[in-house]
Amino acid sequence: MLYFSKLRVFSVLIFTLIISYFTISNFTKVDDEFFSKNIKLGLDLQGGSYLLLEIDNEPVITQRLQSKVLEFKKFFKDKDIKVRNFVIEDKSIIFDVENSKIEDVKSLLDDDKSEINPYFQQYKSHQFNFENMDTSFKLEFSDYGLVLLKNSSLDQAIEIVRRRVDEVGTNEPNILKRGNDRILVELPGLDDPGRIKSLLGKTANLTFQFISSSSEESFGTEKLSFEDGSSEAIVSKRIVLSGDNLMDAKPTMNNQTNETVVSFSLDRVGAKKFGKATSNGVGKRLAIVLDGKIISAPEVREPIIGGNGQISGNFTFQSATDLALLLRSGALPAPLNIIEERTVGPDLGKDSINAGIMSLIIGFILVVAFMFYKYRFFGLIANLALISNLFLLVGILTLFEATLTLPGIAGIILTVGMAVDANVLIFERIKEELKNENNSIVAFDSGYTKSRTTILDANITTLIAAVILFFMGSGPIKGFSITLGVGILTTLFSVYFIARLITAYYVIKNKHKEKLI
Amino acid sequence: MKTIYFNKFYKSFNILSGILIIASLVFLVFKGLNFGVDFKGGTLIELRTDKSSANITKIRDSFNQMNLGDVSVKNFGNETDFVVKFEKQNSNDPQFIEEIKTKLSNSIGTVDFRRVENVGPKVSAELLRSGVIAIALSLAAMLLYIWIRFEWQFSLGAILALFHDVIITLGVFSVFSLEINLSIVAAVLTIVGYSMNDTVVIFDRVRENLRKYADVKIFELTNISINETLSRTIITSVTTLLALLSIFIFGGEILKGFSLAMILGVIFGTYSSIYIANPVLVSLKVSQRTIVKEEKE
Repeated sequence: MLYFSKLRVFSVLIFTLIISYFTISNFTKVDDEFFSKNIKLGLDLQGGSYLLLEIDNEPVITQRLQSKVLEFKKFFKDKDIKVRNFVIEDKSIIFDVENSKIEDVKSLLDDDKSEINPYFQQYKSHQFNFENMDTSFKLEFSDYGLVLLKNSSLDQAIEIVRRRVDEVGTNEPNILKRGNDRILVELPGLDDPGRIKSLLGKTANLTFQFISSSSEESFGTEKLSFEDGSSEAIVSKRIVLSGDNLMDAKPTMNNQTNETVVSFSLDRVGAKKFGKATSNGVGKRLAIVLDGKIISAPEVREPIIGGNGQISGNFTFQSATDLALLLRSGALPAPLNIIEERTVGPDLGKDSINAGIMSLIIGFILVVAFMFYKYRFFGLIANLALISNLFLLVGILTLFEATLTLPGIAGIILTVGMAVDANVLIFERIKEELKNENNSIVAFDSGYTKSRTTILDANITTLIAAVILFFMGSGPIKGFSITLGVGILTTLFSVYFIARLITAYYVIKNKHKEKLI
Repeated sequence: MKTIYFNKFYKSFNILSGILIIASLVFLVFKGLNFGVDFKGGTLIELRTDKSSANITKIRDSFNQMNLGDVSVKNFGNETDFVVKFEKQNSNDPQFIEEIKTKLSNSIGTVDFRRVENVGPKVSAELLRSGVIAIALSLAAMLLYIWIRFEWQFSLGAILALFHDVIITLGVFSVFSLEINLSIVAAVLTIVGYSMNDTVVIFDRVRENLRKYADVKIFELTNISINETLSRTIITSVTTLLALLSIFIFGGEILKGFSLAMILGVIFGTYSSIYIANPVLVSLKVSQRTIVKEEKE
């Protein structure tokens, strides 16, 4: 165990130096792109906001069922099958079929190549499961149909979230999918997430609908309240124009009224629709509805044919900017709920870094002093291994651009405390061997050999804990498991390559000395 | 070094451990744990007040007027820093935190919200579940590992020692109503690793000595092994505790609970390696035949 070939010595040295260089690159400016890496600081250290959003897919399911009903009606009409009494109830579609065609409908729905109930060939599961009782059919989404629906609405939502966050212009936001109905948003440096939250909390479904002339709610109209809650109005359900046709929106100043408004421009289709509707509706009031609330309902004085318009509604400049932003980025497929929020102010982050570094330095000094007191010269060797261990650990974290969190720093300090264990096991074993063995080289060698399994056992147990924590933990805790886990690997390296190398040189040089350790 | 007769006290310390475990279980069952917002859901606000004249009572009163459910206010490190926790969580309302801040500044002057955590009921239930799974998994993994590496008598001793450490550490948290949050789960897992580590080092020596001395009874043999590894046990515990104490004292308020749990775990872990794991070997009458038989198979 004490023999090292020259090549081995050389590669240990080079490896240690290169990795250590990454550690140093955290504190200095390095020109080379490969080396100029930095450890990323977690949100708990640099300050920032963590938001977990969950899509409320209920409305999407209902919507999808509604459009499916239309699809069914057309499909069966083309096939000359009479179906009636379509109802959407309890997330399922129910309809009746004429007696003679029951078997036909069954096979149309059940066919592997079914057009109306697709996916089977691709996923070995139809979009819908169905039950048949006499003439009545009941269809509901299969598990797979539901997964596909959720995935597609998540994909849409994440795109919209990204646009909205990007428009606000926070630095390096991190937006990720979580499962099939959640989105994780990390916003470094943001200490007041209020604005982002209000932007993400809105579906931003914009519609233009005429105010009905009658004062009673009837089929084809609905009662909506104004945004400010002041009053209500009966609005036609027919949608003149929706936000989908919007090309651009920005806050502007209306010169005549001196009011902040949001001016928008429409795409070609939208402009055509809008022009037609406003020509027919001169004199009527057109309600501008956002997420089921009327922003304002101005009277149409003349046809608007250019495809440009304005939305007024007691805006401040800020609220007009936000509305314009929402309109530009498009509507979410479904409402998002914020189910978890964690925000750390930059001050606290800085305090945490300082406290972390302080306790690292003090913990390090205490351990180093204790080891020197216990083992003198060999204490120095262990301490040298400890220092290179720290450099290797931080270097590897930098190389992989891992995220350092406050518990992560605790993991580094804990590594400092536990890392000496391996050297202690070896040194104690050597002491025992020296009692019965006069040849110090033999004693050192067997000290290393005999302690090896124990050291492996001891480190594997901690490594198991770190790995489980890595897979089960989230955020800051993951940071802890990373430093703890990597710390065990660098500990073994520094003990078996660096400390052992120095020990070997020393022992071979001083083999005749009494009381080596 | 002089031999210390640890084995003389096996019985008395086993009784003590038994009492501690029963007491911990009683507290865990009847008093329960003080779960933080991570696991219970709700809102946590760490705030810094401008003047040191703002005191806990004043802050509690102003929070109580806001209708937020059960409110708890605690000093957090400095005398100007406080942690406020309450049941209500309303992360969906973007103005929720802003309104609290405004109301608070009206009654106690300028406040700075240094940290806000808002955890919904669904998320907290999931976090709790994954925390429990993580601890259970780590115990199972340790069991598997030690079962592969050692004979079953050793595995049983090591696992009993593990349960001992985890239960008593959690018991202490229950007695003093210390908060259980995500970082405590991390601490418990690390304790599991550390306790196992400590036990394995002694067991390795016991096994080695079983081969060496055929005619020494296990009662003496464990004591020889404990003594032979004692200086390592002490040195490693001391360096680990030094590092942990440094975190506890200088690492800031956020790491206090974590480092305290670890400190307790290291102390109990060291103790249980000697006084739980080894007596198990004695009462299972482990002898040279135990390991020789195993190796023949």
